[in-house]
Amino acid sequence: MSEQNESLNLTSIQNKLEQAKGSGYWRSLDELASLDGFKEFLHREFPRQASEWIDDEGRRNFLKIMGASLALAGLSACTKQPTEYILPYVETPEHLIPGKPMFYATAFPVSGIANPVLVESHEFRPTKVEGNPEHPASMGAADVPTQASILGLYDPDRLQSVSYIGEIRSYSSFLENFIGVLEKQKAKNGAGLRILTETVTSPSLGAQLQEVLKAYPGAKWYQWEPTGHGRRMGAQLAFGQFLNTTYKFDQAEVVLSIDANFLGNGPGGVKYARDFISKRAVRGGVRTQSRFYAVETTPTATGVKADHRHPIQPSHVDGFVRNLAAVLAGGSPSADAPVPAEAAKFFGALVKDLQAAKGKSIVIAGEDQSPEVHAVVHYINQLLGNNGTTVVLAASLEQKPTDQMADLKALIADLNAGSVDALLILGGNPVYNTPAELNLRGAIQKAKLRIRLGMHEDETAEVCQWNVPEAHAFEQWNDVPAYDGTISIAQPLIAPLYGGKSLHDILAAFTETPEKSSYQVVREYWQAKHAGADFDAWWRHSIHDGFVKGSAAAPVNATAKLIAPVAGAAAAAGGYEISFHSDPYILDGRYSNNAWLQELPRPISRLTWDNAVIVSPKTAKELGVSDEERVSIDFNGHSAWGSIWQVPGQPDGSIALTLGYGRRRIGRAGNGAGFDAYPLRAAATPYFARGAKVTKLGETFRLAAVQHHFAMEGRNPVHAGTLDEFKNDPYFSQRQSELPPKGLTILPETFKYEGYAWGMAIDLTSCMGCHACVVACQAENNIAVVGKEQVLNTREMHWLRIDRYYRNEVENPQTYFQPVACSHCEDAPCEVVCPVAATETDAEGLNNMVYNRCVGTRYCSNNCPYKVRRFNFLLYTDWETESLKLQKNPDVTVRSRGVMEKCTYCVQRINYAKITAEKQDRKVQDGEIVPACAATCPTQAIMFGDLNDPKSRVSEWKRESTNYSLLAELNTRPRTTYLADIRNPNPDVPSTEARGTEKNS
Amino acid sequence: MSIVIGVIVLGAAGGALFELIADSRYATRQGDAREQPIPFSHMHHVGSMGIDCRYCHTSVDNSDWAVIPPTKTCMNCHSQIWVGSSTLEPVRESYRTNQSIKWTKVYDLPDYVYFNHSIHVKKGVGCETCHGRIDQQALTWQEPSLQMRWCLDCHRNPAPNLRPADKITTMGYVPSEPQEVLGARLMKENHVQKLDTCWTCHR
Repeated sequence: MSEQNESLNLTSIQNKLEQAKGSGYWRSLDELASLDGFKEFLHREFPRQASEWIDDEGRRNFLKIMGASLALAGLSACTKQPTEYILPYVETPEHLIPGKPMFYATAFPVSGIANPVLVESHEFRPTKVEGNPEHPASMGAADVPTQASILGLYDPDRLQSVSYIGEIRSYSSFLENFIGVLEKQKAKNGAGLRILTETVTSPSLGAQLQEVLKAYPGAKWYQWEPTGHGRRMGAQLAFGQFLNTTYKFDQAEVVLSIDANFLGNGPGGVKYARDFISKRAVRGGVRTQSRFYAVETTPTATGVKADHRHPIQPSHVDGFVRNLAAVLAGGSPSADAPVPAEAAKFFGALVKDLQAAKGKSIVIAGEDQSPEVHAVVHYINQLLGNNGTTVVLAASLEQKPTDQMADLKALIADLNAGSVDALLILGGNPVYNTPAELNLRGAIQKAKLRIRLGMHEDETAEVCQWNVPEAHAFEQWNDVPAYDGTISIAQPLIAPLYGGKSLHDILAAFTETPEKSSYQVVREYWQAKHAGADFDAWWRHSIHDGFVKGSAAAPVNATAKLIAPVAGAAAAAGGYEISFHSDPYILDGRYSNNAWLQELPRPISRLTWDNAVIVSPKTAKELGVSDEERVSIDFNGHSAWGSIWQVPGQPDGSIALTLGYGRRRIGRAGNGAGFDAYPLRAAATPYFARGAKVTKLGETFRLAAVQHHFAMEGRNPVHAGTLDEFKNDPYFSQRQSELPPKGLTILPETFKYEGYAWGMAIDLTSCMGCHACVVACQAENNIAVVGKEQVLNTREMHWLRIDRYYRNEVENPQTYFQPVACSHCEDAPCEVVCPVAATETDAEGLNNMVYNRCVGTRYCSNNCPYKVRRFNFLLYTDWETESLKLQKNPDVTVRSRGVMEKCTYCVQRINYAKITAEKQDRKVQDGEIVPACAATCPTQAIMFGDLNDPKSRVSEWKRESTNYSLLAELNTRPRTTYLADIRNPNPDVPSTEARGTEKNS
Repeated sequence: MSIVIGVIVLGAAGGALFELIADSRYATRQGDAREQPIPFSHMHHVGSMGIDCRYCHTSVDNSDWAVIPPTKTCMNCHSQIWVGSSTLEPVRESYRTNQSIKWTKVYDLPDYVYFNHSIHVKKGVGCETCHGRIDQQALTWQEPSLQMRWCLDCHRNPAPNLRPADKITTMGYVPSEPQEVLGARLMKENHVQKLDTCWTCHR
């Protein structure tokens, strides 16, 4: 859309908003400006090359090829099916019934924090990850990186063999060599030995490292990860000790987020989301909601769910929290750093709300905030009496909590001094993600021997002599704590595909028994901890359950002190502010070769395959740039080139940069996606920096955003209101769309659904746009990845999309999320236009899509008002790469080119439950069928069940007064309906009125 | 104009030919006894020895697959009898080397068909109904055409093919009462439905 953006004028947009009629909802700035190009884009559902021949030559060639294939079509009928073979077991493993999947509890650790999971295994081939329903941190749900972890296991670009300077070697030759090195080191007490790991939380690994340091007292162990410093060091600053903070959102009446994307992201995100939404959902007679304020340096999926959200420049955050602390302590705002004007609007109301909810509120600072901000927030929670009630402090979960920036600097100093004989880099990718000016890349090469354990042949592997493939989390034994310290003893699901080794395996090489397996290491550690005759039973139980019961870290009491402001921090430097944020999906870059994650639209920016230079529309105007225009950002002697992307709600004058992109060496999905923002992230300013220079490069670089794709233009898809509106008029949402007269249909009589009638309800109040459902659907239903070029052509294949709608002011819009998949209409518009009856509604109300009948006319998609059908324009499914075949769900057909596909309500799960029930001569019970999307949803926003059972939960949801059908006026009788988004703004905040619904009549 | 007529005529002829070939026993492999690495005889094991189907096909009543038995099941007997038979050498080799025996699939449904043995057994469809007189097959052949219309014939009208639960594995079964009466009764008793929607089998 870049060519149209020149005419995008902020003033005209604002004028349009003033006169807004109709819904008042908009998806993007282009839509708001109603640019001609945008309209054309919408009217052509598949805008690019979808309905036209690029050149006459191409058309002629096509006819020639088609002629040949038509002739061959007859021949194919003469051939028999190719002969297939059955290879039964020699001896069937215990408990295995071929054809029936088994589920094993294990854990997927991210930055040392376990995400408890159950992995579905088909004849010992892991295919799908679900949350562990019994684990307190998961309750059956899983976040985006955890859902996508299964693809990481089968990543075809994983490091597949041990190598020495590019030559393939065996692991035993590595061991032999390494043990030789260790023997030499023994003589000098290990003084030339350095070990660099990521954050270590595994107790057995910590014990192993301590053993190593005992045997080699001169050796040093350093830790480095590019994110998480603020949280770790913030506690240290405030309490004088490293503490782990957890939150009880189910007990919080007032929540203030300082740039924290805590819903479904980061440690405990899944649990927090469930707890938080339990105080927000307005269902089942509940008529109350907690209140949520957010102050953000860039819009996040969490922040936009707030009742009051305020964009704030990164440099103002410190002042904001200090003012809040001062006012809550009974003082007045400091004159040095006054509350920013926009925040002043709700500052008073916020303080009042917080004070009224002492001991029942939470103030939470984000992962990308500085230690100082975290420390002040700890102090604020203490002032509010939250520590010990809603905020729980416990001992750090890390084995050796440390200032990792200091660790890194110490390592580089050692390297530069030439005192390192052997450097072991166990996991992580420090060459890529450490501050550029420290020049780790150069320093590392001063170590005489460099050994790397890693999953990929990446930037760090490039400068190491020995490269050992690292085992995936599902290929190794491990013991890791969840966010609250509950230990999971994680078991492998499959033998290492490429002979990968875990950290435990490598560290065992330091001992007398170098080939000791991770299983032995972990088991021996816990046997020592849990001595006694019942150890075997305890061990089996813990592995079976996926966690050790009652192992959560015990709360501690600690007193926070108010730290003094850092001198000189407030000094202005001119230029623009840049802030650094880890990506919500690929995080610090560790999952950048995961194609599912790359193609998953970001909740707010809706970008896939790239990061961007995120600016507010006003700042873009100031810079004279429009979307997709490439700029150079210069700071601290380094520069990064990226495309501009305007995001309403981004604070003016600041630029948000996403880390984790611009990978040079990782693999087919990650290489070349986006730009690398790490060089701009100086050691002194890792959270935000001031004084960045932005230069127009005079070229455009296209970004694959999906925000206009499959738009339901000009209707009123989201129904929303405030809690007060709801209390005054529980049926307010019914009045936000036209309803057709009951019984209106052109069909002679309405079909009676007598058996099961499957249906779904989605609670928009609970949906927080995290996209875990989308990636769960992709894993369950063998949905293909299409790549950036095809996304630009509106050809992404996700069966489920989460639309993001804005409303009201451009500077800080209200934002709504709406998951949309096939609604399984009873009177389905797709069905009547299909010339070959490839899509038909069945007796249970499911809209059956039959791939083998489909001839690819795409009439159905054209006639679908919800725009939920996806067409395989090309052969998107990878039929070639062997490792990817292993991930496929054997219960779902793998689609080929030329067929339409769409959400099936996970019919494979419906059939499985129906068959199970039939075999037991009973009906399917409520809750027995959970589609993949609903199963993984951290907030349980999706409910599925039998509408003919009045007691089913989905029936209960559909009886809620807020229940509405999407595009009800079309009378398609969709089986998926929505519960309106209800928010609880503070009536004392001046802007509330403008955020109400009266524009919506 | 003549080209158009030509195309139509050719198309019609092609269609007819297509139908003929696609329905032929050659294309469907109906009645085709497939060669196997070991000439396993159901005639001998079922017909002469009287071994129940479920001794080997253990998960026929609780999984999609009836299951080709593991080598271990063969060895239960063949470690005692016919231990020197050269015909059985591949079985012993498989057991020795821990390598699967590579059987040729006889009933090979397309990959987009999801068939579940257990529910058919539960609802009263006998083994014989689809697999024929397995006790008379030396080398196993494909009894029905396995075309969709064959499946649908029964899915639309299951009653003629139902039998009591204790007769599921019986070969040469003769109903003890008129099938019309029995079928109607079993339809009711077993809650048998006429399932002919696409997603019953395809997904």
